[in-house]
Amino acid sequence: MKIHEYQARDLLAKAGIPVPAARVVSTADQAATAFEENGFPLQVVKAQVFAGGRGKAGFVKLVKSAAEARAAADFMLTNRMVSVQTGPEGIAVKKILIAGAVDIAHEYYLGFVLDRDRSTVSMIASAEGGVEIETIAHQRPEAIIKEPLHPALGMQSFQARRTALALGFSGKQANIVADILLKLARFFIDYDCSIAEINPLVLTKDGKILAIDAKVNFDDNALFRHPDVLALKDDAETDALEIRAAAANLNYIKLDGDIACLVNGAGLAMATMDVIELHGGKPANFLDVGGGVKAEGAIEAFRIILSDQKVRGILVNIFGGIARCDLIAEALIQAGREVGFKVPVVVRLEGTNVEKAREILAAAQPELPTLQVAGDLNDAAKKIVSATR
Amino acid sequence: MSILVNKNTRVICQGITGSGGGAFHTKGCLDYGTKMVGGTSPGKGGTKDTNGLPVFNTVDQAVRATGADATMIFVPPPFAADAICEAAAAGIKLIVAITEGIPVLDMVKAKKFLADFGDSVRLVGPNCPGVITPGECKIGIMPGYIHTPAQKGKRSVGIVSRSGTLTYEAVWQTSELGWSQSTCVGIGGDPVKGMDFIDVLALFQADPLTDAIVMIGEIGGAAEEAAAAYVKKNVTKPVIGFIAGRTAPPGKRMGHAGAIISGGEGTAESKISVMREAGIRVADSPADIGKSLRESTGG
Repeated sequence: MKIHEYQARDLLAKAGIPVPAARVVSTADQAATAFEENGFPLQVVKAQVFAGGRGKAGFVKLVKSAAEARAAADFMLTNRMVSVQTGPEGIAVKKILIAGAVDIAHEYYLGFVLDRDRSTVSMIASAEGGVEIETIAHQRPEAIIKEPLHPALGMQSFQARRTALALGFSGKQANIVADILLKLARFFIDYDCSIAEINPLVLTKDGKILAIDAKVNFDDNALFRHPDVLALKDDAETDALEIRAAAANLNYIKLDGDIACLVNGAGLAMATMDVIELHGGKPANFLDVGGGVKAEGAIEAFRIILSDQKVRGILVNIFGGIARCDLIAEALIQAGREVGFKVPVVVRLEGTNVEKAREILAAAQPELPTLQVAGDLNDAAKKIVSATR
Repeated sequence: MSILVNKNTRVICQGITGSGGGAFHTKGCLDYGTKMVGGTSPGKGGTKDTNGLPVFNTVDQAVRATGADATMIFVPPPFAADAICEAAAAGIKLIVAITEGIPVLDMVKAKKFLADFGDSVRLVGPNCPGVITPGECKIGIMPGYIHTPAQKGKRSVGIVSRSGTLTYEAVWQTSELGWSQSTCVGIGGDPVKGMDFIDVLALFQADPLTDAIVMIGEIGGAAEEAAAAYVKKNVTKPVIGFIAGRTAPPGKRMGHAGAIISGGEGTAESKISVMREAGIRVADSPADIGKSLRESTGG
């Protein structure tokens, strides 16, 4: 789960990490007032959205007066933000952060991530902050400092101290940076994060150390023990169909093709998308209905994929293990009756109760003329691609 | 021979009375012929489950009473990592964790706990379909009937996979081809897990029954790349591969907690090209796993 920059700043401030004074507003008038209250000569106005590319889109602005703050906020609240990450329709901005701008002497990167290779959490730091860490990792791997954390004990003080020194800090500043690292590591573990990064951490010209921007993501599997984090969830930028699918316990991700698929199992669902593309089609979604899917869930799954206006055909691929093929076949027919299959539907079933399922489908053929049954997965993909051409 | 489990493996189920699959799949394993010898369900010790198997409060009690050496875990996610540690501490040698949705930091700690036991305890999963040696022992949720037990005149393939239903797909195709399976191991879709590709590949390489190996990976992480390097150096048997997720968009979690391309790492293209360089025959289509096995083994 993702949270917004202003929410991450609040959490980090609570964890004792120094962040510059800021206010969150949702109207242009409030933005003007916030500028006055913050009391800095130069401030930055930032749209609070998940999508990146804010700067280029004009949704991060430096302002020198309450009037400028009002104008910037008004622009952001009345225009949709369009960037490479949003798609052409863009996204609406509801909240704006206004923070004092600081005189930057140097920018650093500090972050913690799950390290899959080591099965633990690792710290990543660099004295070349302010840009994406992946960019630094690719172009100048020697500029990256890495410290794996002990799986049970977490980050040790000596690791924090030597990182601060390696970043080029000394004296009191090194102690402050080491303290920030220990607090961020503690925060990562206490909150079951999947990413917690400060980018940039800045050294100001007057010698202060401040976290200017932060990104925090959480492990979805651990949200049950963090109701306070769950309360921060904002679905405004999540696709409406994805929200609906999640409510029905379906694993659905909308994509931009026109052949929908309905599959059991995440690996097989990905492989089904792959095989559609291999035969010249474009998948409209990823959909894993899960192993224990019941008729109700399967019908809702059909409703969801058919709500996507771009869909011109459906490929159903079920390998029945726990999921029974006959149940899927019945759900398919019920869904067809309810929503009507105006588009071609190709069904490939294998596994538990497949014979019974084939009988059910054959009997329903006159009622559902766009339905075809396929032999194997290649055959299914070929059939749906040619039917949608 | 086979790897990890055979007809002598004595299995308990942790969470045997639970509606999370424990009760249902204990019956499925029993029906398949697995030596299920009991289970645990804290607070229900001293009772019997619906199959008449003894239920214990702790794994320790279950091991002492039944001589179990393997466990199948269906305990709900908040308690599952603890269940893994409990099994190891009680002397269980093979822990198969089916549970999906365990917090990843719980698994980080559980793995550290298991490290003290060295190679004497093996963990498969979590978030996996389980392990099966066809005709002998099934620990997990896979449909047993699609598998083909080893027999005279049939060659045997060992299958290792991060995905459940894709494993079934591979089993189905290799059975259709006239092969048997020595053992199938679903290592699971989580980012922090027990046995990885390399651990299972080493066992298949050493297993005299296994003639060829099918390895099914997916986007996310770098386990397939590491496995390819291992195959190049250590595996002499034919290896057939498939990687799911060529069309998956970066930054999106594709169902499995571990199936995500982040920062340009973990793409299908990278995995496929490294695997091919290592001499692994990677099928372009999931429907061609059986065909690739035939082509690389001559039948």
